[in-house]
Amino acid sequence: MLLRMLSKRQIADLHFLDARCHLIDLAAFLDRIDRHQGEPDFRVAALKAAIPLLLAEHPERAKAILDALSDHPPAPIPAATIQGAFGAPTSAL
Amino acid sequence: MHYIEPHAHMVSRTTDCYQSMALAGCVAICEPAFWAGFDRASVEGFRDYYRQLTDYEPKRAAKFGIAHFCWLCINPKEAEDAGFAREVMAAIPEFLGCPTVLGIGEIGMNKNTRNELAIFEEHVQLALDHDLPILIHTPHLEDKRKGTRLTLDALAGFAKLDRGRVIIDHVEEHTVRMVLDQGYWAGMTLYPVTKCSLPRAVDILETLGTERLWLNSACDWGVSDPLAVPKCGLEMTRRGHPADLVRKVLFENPRRFLAQSPRFAGNFVSEASP
Repeated sequence: MLLRMLSKRQIADLHFLDARCHLIDLAAFLDRIDRHQGEPDFRVAALKAAIPLLLAEHPERAKAILDALSDHPPAPIPAATIQGAFGAPTSAL
Repeated sequence: MHYIEPHAHMVSRTTDCYQSMALAGCVAICEPAFWAGFDRASVEGFRDYYRQLTDYEPKRAAKFGIAHFCWLCINPKEAEDAGFAREVMAAIPEFLGCPTVLGIGEIGMNKNTRNELAIFEEHVQLALDHDLPILIHTPHLEDKRKGTRLTLDALAGFAKLDRGRVIIDHVEEHTVRMVLDQGYWAGMTLYPVTKCSLPRAVDILETLGTERLWLNSACDWGVSDPLAVPKCGLEMTRRGHPADLVRKVLFENPRRFLAQSPRFAGNFVSEASP
């Protein structure tokens, strides 16, 4: 069984408006952050650092962004201080 | 089209979800043991939970013509208390003889701690001791990549492990290749916001092929969609992929993996489904 592949035009027909919406949402989120008071947040800094990866010429942008938003130290940590996750690397905190 | 939901937490869903899934063509659901949203206070609390998984949920599912199976473990979030985790694990064999228990899962890491890793390895040994397949959870968000690497490194230490009987779930673009390249199955979880979206899951299928991959919703008590799997089938169709390929991903792949448990092969028959 083979996967059938659509053309670029057909993929754009299916997904462009959704992608456009997500991009505007991202821009609006950054505007919203600027409009509110308080200290800079490490999660927003990580998001901004990942945004340029969108313009990379290679086809693995999603992977690159996930890697950029991941913790990298290889060894297990001694103990958990929390149960949840943040969505941005905490190893530099 | 019939499909299998290989990872759903039905203890946290209403009966309306069973009805919706049945109407959408679901013929079998597999439910791994997971966190309740709070840390359970006792081993007896886990025994009650295992009774719910092995007794009540199959009855609830059967009212809608759905076969319900389960996996047993102490989940990664509660594995940090290693002493308590071992007490819970000592109770698991009491339930392994139940007719709908498929294997050990969903085990794995949460925050990637030493205790979590130790309890994970002990679960793997438990599965090997009882000749059971294994379902593995990979951590959320920024912890996923590191947790997947720790998981793979730990599994490599079990020389007798049949990698074809291990599925590593919740993969995304930055972890799927490392799982497949090492011979394991990989699960893509269609969970809003924090895991894979439907279009991204189809992207992964188009990039890496359809071997040793399954889709699941992992629907639970959070904002999640018990119909994510058939909706992803629709996304595959929108992208022009043929019906037999959709059936392969939504039905044949999970059936092939799960049939490695004789409980699934013995209980579940739907060879002639459309």
